[in-house]
Amino acid sequence: MKGDKLIKVISHLILAIVSLSCLIPFILLFVSSFTDESILIKNGYSFFPAKWSLEAYKYLLEKWDVIGRAYGITIFVTIIGTAACLIITSMLAYPLSNKALKGRNVFTFLVVFSMLFNGGLVPTYLMYTKFFDIKNTIYALIIPKLLLSGFNILLMKSFFSNNIPTAIIESAKIDGAGEYRIFFKIILPLSLPIMATVGLMSGLFYWNDWNNGLIYITDQKLYSIQLVLNQMITNIQYIATSDLGSNSTSNTPLPSTSVRMAIAVVVIVPVLIAYPFFQKFFVKGITVGAVKG
Amino acid sequence: MQQTKIALSKIYTVKWKKINIIKDSALYVMMLPGLIYLLVNNYIPMFGLLIAFKNVNFTKGILQSDWIGFKNFEFLFKSADAFIITRNTILYNVSFIIINTIVAVAIAILLNEIKNKLILSLYQSLILLPYLISMVVVSYLVYAFLSTDAGLLNKTILPALGLKEIMWYTEPKVWPIILTLVSNWKGVGFLSVIYFSSIVGISGEYYEAAKIDGATKWQQIKLITIPLIKPTIIIMTMLAIGRIFYSDFGLFYQVPLNSGALYSTTNVIDTYVFRGLLQLGNIGMSSAAGMYQSVVGFVLIILSNYAVRKFSSDDALF
Repeated sequence: MKGDKLIKVISHLILAIVSLSCLIPFILLFVSSFTDESILIKNGYSFFPAKWSLEAYKYLLEKWDVIGRAYGITIFVTIIGTAACLIITSMLAYPLSNKALKGRNVFTFLVVFSMLFNGGLVPTYLMYTKFFDIKNTIYALIIPKLLLSGFNILLMKSFFSNNIPTAIIESAKIDGAGEYRIFFKIILPLSLPIMATVGLMSGLFYWNDWNNGLIYITDQKLYSIQLVLNQMITNIQYIATSDLGSNSTSNTPLPSTSVRMAIAVVVIVPVLIAYPFFQKFFVKGITVGAVKG
Repeated sequence: MQQTKIALSKIYTVKWKKINIIKDSALYVMMLPGLIYLLVNNYIPMFGLLIAFKNVNFTKGILQSDWIGFKNFEFLFKSADAFIITRNTILYNVSFIIINTIVAVAIAILLNEIKNKLILSLYQSLILLPYLISMVVVSYLVYAFLSTDAGLLNKTILPALGLKEIMWYTEPKVWPIILTLVSNWKGVGFLSVIYFSSIVGISGEYYEAAKIDGATKWQQIKLITIPLIKPTIIIMTMLAIGRIFYSDFGLFYQVPLNSGALYSTTNVIDTYVFRGLLQLGNIGMSSAAGMYQSVVGFVLIILSNYAVRKFSSDDALF
């Protein structure tokens, strides 16, 4: 039918435009990071710079003590945070998936309620800083908000309920296995898909988190790379007082626009590289999560 | 003999119960770390909402500070800010819900028309890209376009169209459009995945039957696809309405670069609480605003969830 052909062409056209518009800002970012600084200042950001340059990246290597440190903090927080998240989440979700557990409904309600009602920023902040005193510690980047989410708990709980046959658990119990043994030797190995999904989503959130840093960290030595980016663009003082703005051997006025672009590139590249491998899990996580497993 | 049997069975029952408790206790212990975290991170701060009713003086300590009842709220609602942040929060969310839903559904429908698996995968990957980056990086991308001195718009595109430069970061009027665009750019990939999976779930038989009856593609979309994903759309929309008092903090704080000149159109409840607490040190107003948000937000979430439950009970949160 003629109408069908038209719709097919229109579909491809619109989708191509949409996909391109998603891609183009990234291209601008990459190109700007390789653009000569003086050209950037003169002509502005452009897809076709008059002069290419590696100065920005050279500068990054020079300043590796600051940049690398921030990068390291992000990596550390992501790995530790995600691992801890997976452990705590699964250890809470598994008993909840056990229909025989006494008080199961109460605990499930506690989890669900925490997703509905929230104390808000002020009490949370005051509690973490005045009572637990985690301000300007690495814990402030790992613990608040990200370590456990009711959402992930429910996701895992329904995975355990739907995908692990009680027969396996029963036969293990008959063989005399204790709960911990069952958990580590049977449940976890069978849960790799959900672990991958929750782990990836959690990892992505930790990697991209700047919120905790903005709220709890004022010590520049503890800045994650996202926070470095944030401070560079919103805080004039940061540029003046941090080690990033001090003298260097290259000619670029610093920290220049191209350097900022380069840091942004360096921040997203790991995610972009990992993405093709994990896209399947991301998509699955979104779908299952949205339909609230 | 009968007595002994009864006595023995009683002993066995008690022993069996004890063993059960020990067995089950392993599960309870397992839950402990998670429960402790929920207690600390989520439940204790709920009590902190009472701070809104106090005049917090740190030398006295939070618990000893004076109780001033609703004074903080009076102050908050008498100021112009309360209206501005509420208006901004709700209007932005309403426009986000409408526009993002329409675009995401449209994209999902179009994606469904693509038969080539490779190209489909390519489109999906690209459309999801914005979801993967943080709002901080997004603010850099926006800056590349809107920077007054060097941005792509002011330096290249506007001059090419013969238009004058615009001071983007000090002109409040343009930001509703900019922020809606950015929210759309960043969020539509995620949403379209959800709607796409809903469309994929529609049985092919409907389309077969329609084709036999001679329906065109457009008719198929209009009469099969859209009605059958209506439940998903309604549920997603209702859940979004439930969160209408909450905003994506990063979008409203990072993208406008925390520029004070833009507050009239970019300040939402979340940013107001943040700035009040961490930049102005005004705990009274920010805690009042925070409580305002928590309470109203809670009521809305409950209401919207009941609505979802009435509509399709599997999809409700509870």
